[in-house]
Amino acid sequence: MDAQTLIARRVALELRSGNLVNLGIGIPTLVANYLPPGLNVFFQSENGLIGTGPIPEQGMAHPLLTDAGGRPISALPGASTFDSAMSFGLIRGGHVDVTVLGGLQVDAEGHLANWMIPGKMVPGMGGAMDLVTGAKRVIVAMQHAAKGKSKIVQKCNLPLTSSRSVDLVVTDLAVIGFPDGRITLLETAPGISVAEVVAVTEADLLIPDTVPQMRF
Amino acid sequence: MRNVSTEEAVAMIPNGAKLMVGGFMGVGTPERLIDELVRQHKSELLLVCNDAAVPGKGVGKLIDAALVSTLTTSHIGLNPKVQAQMMANKIAVDLVPQGTLVERIRAGGCGLGGVLTPTGVGTIVEGDKRQIAIGGKTFLVETALRSDFALIHTFLADYLGNLAYALTARNFNPVMAMAADTVIVTAEHIVPVGVIAPDHVMTPAPLVDYLVANG
Repeated sequence: MDAQTLIARRVALELRSGNLVNLGIGIPTLVANYLPPGLNVFFQSENGLIGTGPIPEQGMAHPLLTDAGGRPISALPGASTFDSAMSFGLIRGGHVDVTVLGGLQVDAEGHLANWMIPGKMVPGMGGAMDLVTGAKRVIVAMQHAAKGKSKIVQKCNLPLTSSRSVDLVVTDLAVIGFPDGRITLLETAPGISVAEVVAVTEADLLIPDTVPQMRF
Repeated sequence: MRNVSTEEAVAMIPNGAKLMVGGFMGVGTPERLIDELVRQHKSELLLVCNDAAVPGKGVGKLIDAALVSTLTTSHIGLNPKVQAQMMANKIAVDLVPQGTLVERIRAGGCGLGGVLTPTGVGTIVEGDKRQIAIGGKTFLVETALRSDFALIHTFLADYLGNLAYALTARNFNPVMAMAADTVIVTAEHIVPVGVIAPDHVMTPAPLVDYLVANG
């Protein structure tokens, strides 16, 4: 199983029936492909839709039914559409149960940086700041390291997305949480030891006596 | 409400006008008005829209033609031309969190001076904005946005100017239709009064100043 699939499958286990869920672009988008059977989740697309369905078959796309990247999607029975004020009222107002977002850095306090690299990449924050500020639960789905550098850092040096701390980080090597405000190693990926995770993690992880293998 | 041609509609817009344009990645953008802005070469525009779309689509065409001097938006990541013009100091870009952007426009349309939002607190979005604590929580004061013109695209418009949008093409359109001195609308279908049931009207007719005739 490749890293992205592992991350997406692990995140999918965090979702509960009836949840309103917003998935960011990249690895988070893959989560929808790995929902446990029988789980009914509402997916929101922030351009104004609850009940997003799969990419339509050839010739079945509608030009006015798209995801937040402007690509054609479908809507499931029971879907609803609304304007951007409503969409972000849902997000900022705490009505979204879970958001899953990509990340550039997460630090020991759970702060997320995921929207710009000064001087290199300034795409704009889009809806990310509202999502991290307002969703009930924030899960970051990302690679543990990029170009050999840990993305789990002691303190973010990239601009923060929000002052609110995230709830869970799922990477290709580990699941990390913040019980009692302490950055803690919760699970290790199959075939990865605690020592290996610690070796590639910049932040000082709290290591419980037993660290189970990642479920997926 | 008056019916106008695309040409007449755009002729009303002066160089340097402040425009709000509906749409999300070009979906729900009045493409005919955009094309005509390019044809009449309306320049130095102060543009407010959700995103910069992509080159060749939606407001991306205004960027292609270098007609925008100031862009207030939440996302430019899929339009490399905006980034290039930014580097060359040809365009000033004010990046605003998407939920804040739509609420500032909503406030502008609803007679409010601004909104209090927790989004951006503790980030570079704070800038020198005022902060207000209410109930132990900190909020940023984000001021209202209005414009000279709102360029709106709808699925249905009736002869009076009642509008009903479709699917994800609604996005910023009904909010912007409240927040401009002059509201110009293109519609995929123009239908007799009564076809849009009162419960299904999303933008009431008195808000619409000009409905662009379909060719």
